[in-house]
Amino acid sequence: MPRRTMIEAIRDAMDVSMGRDEKVVVFGEDVGFFGGVFRVTHGLQAKYGKSRCFDAPINESGIVGSAIGMAAYGLKPCVEIQFADYMYPAYDQLTQEAARLRYRSNGDFTCPIVVRMPTGGGIFGGQTHSQSPEALFTHVSGLKTVVPSNPHDAKGLLIAAIEDPDPVIFLEPKRLYNGPFDGHHDRPVTPWSKHELGEVADGHYTVPLGKAAIRRAGSAVTVLAYGTMVYVAQAAAEDTGVDAEIIDLRTLLPLDLDTIVTSVKKTGRCVIVHEATLTSGFGAELSALVQENCFYHLEAPVARVAGWDTPYPHAQEWDYFPGPARVGRALRETLEA
Amino acid sequence: MADAGMLRFHVPEPEVRPGGTPDFSNVTIAEAGSVPRPDIDVDPRTIRDMAFSIIRVLNRNGEAVGPWAGLLSSDELLEGLRHMMTLRTFDARMQMAQRQGKTSFYMQHLGEEAVSCAFRKALAPGDMNFPTYRQAGLLIADGYPMVSMMNQIYSNEADPLKGRQLPIMYSSKEHGFFSISGNLATQYIQAVGWAMASAISNDSRIAAAWIGDGSTAESDFHSALVFASTYKAPVVLNVVNNQWAISTFQGIARGGSGTFAARGLGFGIPSLRVDGNDYLAVHAVAKWAAERARSNLGPTLVEYVTYRAGAHSSSDDPSAYRPKTESDAWPLGDPVVRLKNHLIGLGVWSDERHAQAEAEILDTVIAAQKEAESHGTLHAGGKPSTREMFEGVFAEMPAHLRRQRQQAGV
Repeated sequence: MPRRTMIEAIRDAMDVSMGRDEKVVVFGEDVGFFGGVFRVTHGLQAKYGKSRCFDAPINESGIVGSAIGMAAYGLKPCVEIQFADYMYPAYDQLTQEAARLRYRSNGDFTCPIVVRMPTGGGIFGGQTHSQSPEALFTHVSGLKTVVPSNPHDAKGLLIAAIEDPDPVIFLEPKRLYNGPFDGHHDRPVTPWSKHELGEVADGHYTVPLGKAAIRRAGSAVTVLAYGTMVYVAQAAAEDTGVDAEIIDLRTLLPLDLDTIVTSVKKTGRCVIVHEATLTSGFGAELSALVQENCFYHLEAPVARVAGWDTPYPHAQEWDYFPGPARVGRALRETLEA
Repeated sequence: MADAGMLRFHVPEPEVRPGGTPDFSNVTIAEAGSVPRPDIDVDPRTIRDMAFSIIRVLNRNGEAVGPWAGLLSSDELLEGLRHMMTLRTFDARMQMAQRQGKTSFYMQHLGEEAVSCAFRKALAPGDMNFPTYRQAGLLIADGYPMVSMMNQIYSNEADPLKGRQLPIMYSSKEHGFFSISGNLATQYIQAVGWAMASAISNDSRIAAAWIGDGSTAESDFHSALVFASTYKAPVVLNVVNNQWAISTFQGIARGGSGTFAARGLGFGIPSLRVDGNDYLAVHAVAKWAAERARSNLGPTLVEYVTYRAGAHSSSDDPSAYRPKTESDAWPLGDPVVRLKNHLIGLGVWSDERHAQAEAEILDTVIAAQKEAESHGTLHAGGKPSTREMFEGVFAEMPAHLRRQRQQAGV
């Protein structure tokens, strides 16, 4: 089976979707002729023409707002916001427009758009190229939020997102674009070409939205993670020798609660990790759900490991990033509690 | 001489406040018929002055004059008059219904009826409007059932939007009327996106974007102009300048620019101003702009100069911020009276027939209201089910919403 990087897998998902459905259009800043600053859309304009893949003005509100209009017309836009940190000008369009169009018009108009955006840090991007704003989307009724962690899932989830009848926020962990980063920033990264999850089938397939994957079976503690933190959790389990069951959520909304509850009832312990800031982060929602659904099975308090509640710093990136050492400490403390 | 003393902070003020005498002497109004009608493929650079004039067809004697006249038959004008009268009567009844506690909120069009009623007749079937809350004339003039509008206003059991939306936030794809949001300016860039999609699809349909003078200050307005200009989108960009954004006079949004139409010039978009209380002028300019859009000539920005004679909404009291008599002093008159006088001048209408039409329309509106109220009003009678509150968030209801619906016991 061919191996692809995350970048190639995501590009392939758009390529397959554009080839199958002429209603799929792709646009964003630097997305057309050049193929995007991360090169994700490289070659799509040459293959499908300027009407299907084109450059947009630097105006995120305009990109999302025009995509909503296109979707109301009947197209299926898959747009790129260059960095998730740049989405704030589009937040009104996403939360009050895209998310509510079906509801407020009672299905008279719908909004099948996908908004892709590179998320997370680990590339010395500073405060405006490193944020993880997923909780700002999961809090909004009417949006689906997806965070893939590997090329196989990224392609299948993106095709599923493009085919979904509702708006989907597709957060691409940029630190994973070229390899499964485990948080040890001083060690070389294994390229996707040498990783089994870099195997990406040609042609059309989907990974359904709303289904988690168990990345590592274990019995001592359940770890809930997504995106980059899946690999950090794996590294922490290996470093500490804790028999952790690591769940890759893949879709945050709709959430695969059944997989979470089954695992926590089995292990009796739960550690939640995300790169986004702690307070009111998605981990708070996960923690509440675990408490509500697994309270009588819990043998220890639910622990959260997350980014500190500061802006994402530049020089102190690796002090900020919730790496394997912090996750490993939480695993041990949860076992000893 | 330049003044380099202490800096002074500037806040624009309207000419007159409550207690003062209304004064529109600063509003320059072109003579009816005096503004030329260029070909639709005119070089935008040669008509920049049109952003500072006002296209008018009906003169003070009620005659249709000049190059923008002559597009509509007297039958079409009679129909237009009936649409405006219907909208005015509809507004009066619904405003009263709100005061009677039959709904929570209402917004009327008093003085602005010509803008949406005449514009609708310049579009073709399949074209799409992205309206604000003050363009219900688009629905009335397209034959959308008044009962459906009232059902929505009452949020009753027959409400096409299932009680989910604030009154008057209608939606009808069938009638080319995009779902009204209730926040401001978002629809402007969406209209441009819809138009881009039509061009991408090699379709023949065009979009119309709507915004008020106040909301042109929103960044989405500027986003829309950038995208419309860049992609030459087949869209008509309408700005309804009714002088007031709730209590804020139009100078706060307009700033140092002479007109709102002038906003389009920096984007290379042909920009026209039109007498918004002149049914014939509104229709003629809309037709010109729609033809440009349909002919791959790109967007046109149109500023409709009108006056919000009523309150902003049922929650607003204009006497707190503008003279009560300002409406009477507005120099462009009343759109219904002006068209009525024109039709009388043509010999196809009379005061008697007008009074008779008013009575007929009132009967029709009351009959529609009775039918709507048989399905309930906001606080009495049939209402949408609580169970339906959970539906339609997504195409398929996800598990967490099913759980919450169970918790709600519905």
